[in-house]
Order: sequence, then C-alpha cells, then structure tokens
Amino acid sequence: MNTAAERKHTFFANTVADEQEYVSKTIYNVDHFNLWYGDDQALYDVTLAIPENQVTAIIGPSGCGKSTFIKSLNRMVELVPSVKMNGSISYAGQDIFSSGYKVEQLRTDVGMVFQNPNPFPKSIYENVAYGPKIHGIRKKKVLDEIVEKSLKGAALWDEVKDRLQENASGLSGGQQQRLCIARCLAIEPDVILMDEPTSALDPIATAKVEELVQSLKKDYSIVIVTHNMQQAARISDKTAFFLNGEVVEFEHTDKLFSNPEDRRTEDYITGRFG
Amino acid sequence: MNLVDKQTVQSSMTKRLVKNRLANSLFFLAAAFGIVVLAILLYRIYSEGMGYLDWNFLTSFASRFPEEAGIKAAIVGSLWLMAVTAPVSLLLGVGTAIYLEEYAKENKVTRFIRMNISNLAGVPSVVFGLLGLTVFVRLMEMGRSIMAGGLTMSLLILPIIVVSSQEAIRAIPKEQYEASFAMGATRWQTVLRVVLPAAIPGILTGGILALSRAIGETAPLLMIGALSFIAYLPENVWSGFTVLPIQIFNWTGRPQEEFHLVASSGIIVLLIVLLLMNSIAVLIRNKFSK
Ligand SMILES: Nc1ncnc2c1ncn2[C@@H]1O[C@H](COP(=O)(O)OP(=O)(O)OP(=O)(O)O)[C@@H](O)[C@H]1O
Ligand SMILES: [Mg+2]
Repeated sequence: MNTAAERKHTFFANTVADEQEYVSKTIYNVDHFNLWYGDDQALYDVTLAIPENQVTAIIGPSGCGKSTFIKSLNRMVELVPSVKMNGSISYAGQDIFSSGYKVEQLRTDVGMVFQNPNPFPKSIYENVAYGPKIHGIRKKKVLDEIVEKSLKGAALWDEVKDRLQENASGLSGGQQQRLCIARCLAIEPDVILMDEPTSALDPIATAKVEELVQSLKKDYSIVIVTHNMQQAARISDKTAFFLNGEVVEFEHTDKLFSNPEDRRTEDYITGRFG
Repeated sequence: MNLVDKQTVQSSMTKRLVKNRLANSLFFLAAAFGIVVLAILLYRIYSEGMGYLDWNFLTSFASRFPEEAGIKAAIVGSLWLMAVTAPVSLLLGVGTAIYLEEYAKENKVTRFIRMNISNLAGVPSVVFGLLGLTVFVRLMEMGRSIMAGGLTMSLLILPIIVVSSQEAIRAIPKEQYEASFAMGATRWQTVLRVVLPAAIPGILTGGILALSRAIGETAPLLMIGALSFIAYLPENVWSGFTVLPIQIFNWTGRPQEEFHLVASSGIIVLLIVLLLMNSIAVLIRNKFSK
C-alpha cells in the first residue's frame, strides 16, 4: 500500500548519481504539447513524463514558458481567453483535454501554489476551510480537524493557532505563502504545483518552504518552478530546463547539474546567460 | 559653459509663480461659485420652509388649505415605490453585471450589450416614462399603480446599477479568481464566495446612490400618471400613489403664495431623505473598507 512512499525513500538513500535504475511511476505524461497566446507560440513540442511522489523542478530564464507550462498541468492557462493548444497532457492515464474530462476534478486532485501569496480577504480559518467547503464538507468538527492538520502540514500551526479568526491579510508574506500551501493541502491533492513559491520571500521564509517541500514529497508529487538554481539542486529529484518555450533537457537533478548534456544547459547553470 | 542660463531661470521664475497663483484663484472661484449658489438655495429653502415644517406636516394628507397641508401620502408613496424599485433594480442590475463580467463570452453580442448599457444611462428620464406608460400601464394593464411606477423607476436606474456593479466586480484582483479556480471551485461557487463578498460594498454604494436618484425623479412618474392630490395611503402595490417630488412640484404650481412655502418644507423633507441615504452609502463603504 505504501509502496510509492517506500520507493521514494530507497531512492533517497542512493541519491548519488550512479547508474542506478530509478523506478517511479509516471503521474503526468506530456506529449508533443504546443501552446499559443493568440498568435505567439509560448510552448514548443513539450514532451516529458513527470514522476509520481518526487519533486520535479522547472528552471529557465524569465519568459521561457515555465509558468505557462505549469498552468497547463491544471488547465489554469485556459483562463486566458486567447490560448490555443495542441498535443496532449495526460494525468493518471487520462487526457485532461479530452471532452467530458471534468476540469474541477483535475483541480481537486492537483493543487496549486502561486508565485505571489494570494490568500482570500477572509479569516485564516476560512482560507484553509475554503477548499473543503466548496467540495461539500460542512461538519464543523471535520473542518476544524482539516484546518489544524493542513496548517500543521504547512508548518504554520504554531504561529497562528491562537488567531485563526483573524484576517489573513495580517500575516507576513512568508506566513501568507505557507497559508496558501495549507489551503492547498486542505483538499488533500495528489499533486502540488508551485510557481516560484519563494520568489517573494526572504531567506528564512524560503528555507521554511523548502523544508516543507522536502517533507511533503513523501505524500505528494510536486512540480516546482524556480528561478533559483541552488534551490532546484537542493530540493528536486528531476529537473527540466526550459528555453524559449522548449524543453532543452530533462534529467535527474544531480546529473543535470553535474554533467549536463546540452551546451545551453551548461551555459545557463554556470550563469553564462539567463 | 552653462547651458542653463541663470538669468533666464530667474526672470521666468517670477512669471511662473504669478501664473501659478492666478490658476489657483481661478480654480478656487470655479469651486466657490457652485458652493455659494448651493448655500443661497439651501438658505432660502430653510428660511421659507421651516415655518410649515412640524409634526403635523409630516402626518397630514394634502389639503386645499396651506396650513393643513401635509406630506404623509407622499412620504409613504415614496417608500412604497422604493419597496418595488430597490429589489427589482438590484436583482436585475447585479444579475446583469455578474453575467456580463463572469459568464458572457467575449463576442459581438456581448460588446453590443456593454456599449448600450452605458448609452442607456444617458437616456433622458422622460423617455423611460414613455416606456413605462406604454409597456407597464397600457400593455401589461397595471394602471397608474405603484407597481407600474416602481418598475419604470427600476428600468431608469438599472444602467447605473449595472455599471457600478461591473466596476465593483472588475476591481477584484485576478489572483483571487485564480486561487478559487485552482482549488476546483466552479464559476458559480467563485462568484458566491469570492466575487460577491468582495464586490458587495461597491454594489451597495452604487445601488443606494442610484435609488436616491430614483427618489428625486419626477418626470417618468408624471408620464405614467402618478397622482398629485390624494388623501389616502396606498394599500398595496396596485394602488394609486404620489411621491415626494411630485407633491412638491404640485405645490409650487399653485397660485397661493403660502403653498410655495409649503413646497419648501417638502424640499427639506426630501433633502433629509437623500442625505440619510447618502450617509448609509458612506457608512457601508467605511464599514467594508476596513
Ligand atoms: N496572458 C498572456 N497573454 C499573452 N502572452 C503571455 C501571457 N502570459 C505569458 N505570455 C507570454 O508567454 C511567454 C511565456 O511566459 P511565462 O509567464 O510562461 O514565462 P515564465 O517562464 O514563467 O517567466 P518568469 O520567470 O518571468 O515568470 C512570454 O513570452 C510571455 O510574454
Ligand atoms: Mg512565471
């Protein structure tokens, strides 16, 4: 039953990039995926498989399509009216763009944390309870439990347990971001998408969020966009390097950072551009 | 060599300062003009109207004798009218705004509707009176009732409510929508739990200002034939009625000098009602903006 988690741990015991065979199920399969905003193509022929219960990092220079890609994974990109796409993305074996596929279901299974903390102008409690409530959970006792568990999961409980009814806008930026993570955990997703979750945070808050990501990955598959290559190297298992809307290289993190195959990857990670 | 000649700077300095002071006084005069005229008007109404303004005035019906004339029927009539106009215009107006902002696909029809709603806000109120007369009074056979008047007024202020509600909805940051949708919420859940709570202060403020416009409107109600001399209170929405501005209008039209003073008393009552409504709008805005 716990095989995914166990596999995760064995994998971690042998993190060294040897010829070891990494066994991990694929949760997302992206196949020849193209995306346009109006007439401007933002993603070119993206093909990659995102592993289950691991941390996948997306790196690349500004404007290369990282956000566009991660928002395609839960179809949030469709909120932009001019978007056109082709190719396929399948989640848990099902094409998420096939007709009849319920986008609400997808977004229940796949949570998202945004670049800038975006708590609702409601109380801390109501922020976390939002997801469960819209999915029909009404019982106060259950909600209380979910709120506590999620806030603990996001390492925020101790800081806010005495002021759950206060407005979330009174929290610091780092606390707000962890609140958003808690809000995302509250619907118990299988995958968490994070778009530069630490770019608005100071180093201490960043360290907390990174720690959190490490502790979350035994239960969740995580895809994280980051500008920060050290961060990608620290926390991820696999890394995809995007450039101008293309995936240049998608490799195990250690391999990609120690021994990149593509010249452009090397240039980027050694800081020669980007 | 200096490109900026100190001499030129010095000599133009005085000129610039004088111009600035001139502009200052001109704008002050412009602002003062309106305020002075308003003050004179208010003073005249106050000094003329206070004489007749007493408890009797508020609790008596219209009369042929100025000393006995009261404004009871008009106050109650205005309240009845609001009881029809407020719910109808708010429901329709907010509904339209939500549809246009949240559900409508961006196409020619939507753009056409959007454009015309702003145009409707500029249509003279008599035209709405004519519309009410044709559709509600005659076609739907409502007669010269509160219902017909209330619906006509609803149409009149609908564009204002739609536009102000649209603005309130548009002011909500897109991040709030993203947060809700990313959690698997439907459009309707997002509207109900994120959009409306955030937009309600703006919607209510706009709504109350629109309603206070309706309370002061005369022309459309004259068109559909509101009464100006009644000595009974409306019993239900199908009764005939009069409202404050019509009663005032009627008094000012009488030959006897005394009735003009009574009209001033009526205006004071109307102004107090408007002031109350505007204060409520301000209160709501302050309460929610905290
Ligand atoms: N809503 C939009 N409408 C039109 N073009 C867009 C939109 N969003 C992004 N783009 C374009 O798509 C390309 C990729 O943008 P994207 O936001 O995915 O980049 P990014 O890699 O996330 O950059 P950053 O690191 O700065 O966040 C850019 O050229 C951008 O201008
Ligand atoms: Mg981005």
